[in-house]
Amino acid sequence: MSEQPPVALRGLTKQYGRITAVDDVSLTVNEGDVFGYLGPNGAGKTTSLRMMLGLITPTSGDARVFGHDPQKSVDALADVAGFVEAPRFYPYLDGMTNLRLVDALDGNDAKSRIAEALDVVELSDRAGDKVGGYSHGMRQRLGIAAALIRRPKLLLLDEPATGLDPGGMRDMRALIARLSAEGMTVMLSSHLLAEVEELCNRVAIVRRGRIVYEGELDELRAAAGLTIRLRTSDDEVALRVLADRRGISDVVRHGAAPIQFRAADEAAIGELSRALADSGALILELAPSAATLEDLFFELTEGEGDAEAEAKRLDEVADLTGGPE
Amino acid sequence: MSRPGTLTVYRWELRKLRAQKRTYLGLGAAVLVPVAFAIAVAIQPGGPTEVPFGSYVDDTGLVFPLVTLLFGSIWFYPLIAALVSGDIVANEDNNGTLKTILTRSVERSQVFFGKVLAAFSYSIFAILLSGTVATVAGILVSGFNPVPTLSGTIVTPEHGLALVAASLGVYLLPVLAISSFALLLSTVFRNSAAAVVGTLMFSLLLQLVVIIPGLDGLQPYLLSTQFNSWQGLLRTPADWEPIIRAAWVSAAYAIPSLVIALTVFLRRDVAGG
Repeated sequence: MSEQPPVALRGLTKQYGRITAVDDVSLTVNEGDVFGYLGPNGAGKTTSLRMMLGLITPTSGDARVFGHDPQKSVDALADVAGFVEAPRFYPYLDGMTNLRLVDALDGNDAKSRIAEALDVVELSDRAGDKVGGYSHGMRQRLGIAAALIRRPKLLLLDEPATGLDPGGMRDMRALIARLSAEGMTVMLSSHLLAEVEELCNRVAIVRRGRIVYEGELDELRAAAGLTIRLRTSDDEVALRVLADRRGISDVVRHGAAPIQFRAADEAAIGELSRALADSGALILELAPSAATLEDLFFELTEGEGDAEAEAKRLDEVADLTGGPE
Repeated sequence: MSRPGTLTVYRWELRKLRAQKRTYLGLGAAVLVPVAFAIAVAIQPGGPTEVPFGSYVDDTGLVFPLVTLLFGSIWFYPLIAALVSGDIVANEDNNGTLKTILTRSVERSQVFFGKVLAAFSYSIFAILLSGTVATVAGILVSGFNPVPTLSGTIVTPEHGLALVAASLGVYLLPVLAISSFALLLSTVFRNSAAAVVGTLMFSLLLQLVVIIPGLDGLQPYLLSTQFNSWQGLLRTPADWEPIIRAAWVSAAYAIPSLVIALTVFLRRDVAGG
């Protein structure tokens, strides 16, 4: 294992006039991570990735990949590949020639791997066609192939599933999962929580250029708490059982809708189910609400109108995880 | 692994040029104009008497390339040079491909110099192609005959052919300066059309400067003047003064253009695409 982390951002800032696109971002991606850089469009994710690839000069702070500064030399990117925004190629050259071109710019090290990479992304049969005639999804896959022929240790992907159809998204995610299983470190930016949840073990959430959370995805889930939806044969009795019960909070019921409450942990739910059975309120539905993590994400990234609640939630996150940075 | 560098970029820039239509637009024009001139002379004998060598087009085909050079210097050859040089950086912005090549294993400076070499190669090839076609077409129409010099002497066809070749070489000095200026605009504007039109406007403005009263003293130092410097070779003995001046004046336009373009290219943020 190399001593330097694949990605280390320290105080990374980029200003365009009075606009701060990336604001004092510090984060670390460790070897073997599938790291999600999560935030809404315009949050500064792509600008950060461009600085990691040496395409944009930071206003202050620095971005290191494997301990090297890509602003000084492309040698820093020797073990890095990927793309920012949509991968772009020469439309008047065919897919195979485009890959040969980027391989030549790497020293012709991957000639033998080009066909294999095209096969992996299922473009072998279109390799002789001009890229100008490719669909968005095909260009996205060609971008992955161009990255793979470098055999990188770190793969940087910017919204890799954007513009893909459901099948393409599934294949892209499967490929990322496979590459991760083979030991590649992956950092992907996304505005899709579900994508990050499916693929990533660690996550940084960025809002208006600032990191508002960085840590394990499991810890974020724990910080979000476990919200449960409950229907019983007698909801009035159930509400009395829920009241003032240890580990149960935020009990709400709107009209005929199921009762919702927050549970501290699964043990509290187990005890509750027994208490409900003892009270005669038979359980018809007891299920976790999938919206909880999403709610937290929206609070973290959009909570402008309720700054106090956001601060409280961030404090909770920090208490649980030791973050945010 | 062989270390890629400027020559790698250069080879692939040539490969990219071969795959683009605009390359053939410029080269096609470089071929068609002298052919059209030769056809016109063949149909209607008698050349343009108002320019040097124009009155000899019926006597020897070797003056065809010289007349073409004279007519082409105002906008034709600058336009051919600008078509590729003005596009070679801006095209990357247009395609969003700068990020693709700048994240591989070549430094920005190597990418820039590879593009400069490719743009220069195209300009040189276009001028030599045009001159060769004009010479062949001229010989076919008017024959391979002795050439009159500007001093009134006559040189053998073989000597005349050598002078034509040398004239094309001297003509390349201001053409490469124009290419450099087009590269500068291509790098700064990041827009092919703006760079091509801007280069053409620059070339035309230089021709007009001398019309302004009091500025005629600038004429020897204008890039446009250097397009005629090759005529020094067609004197007996050869007049080297305008050729030497063409070399340093062209360099005075080209080098600052390339230095500024390189500085912009190295420092710019690649944020598009």
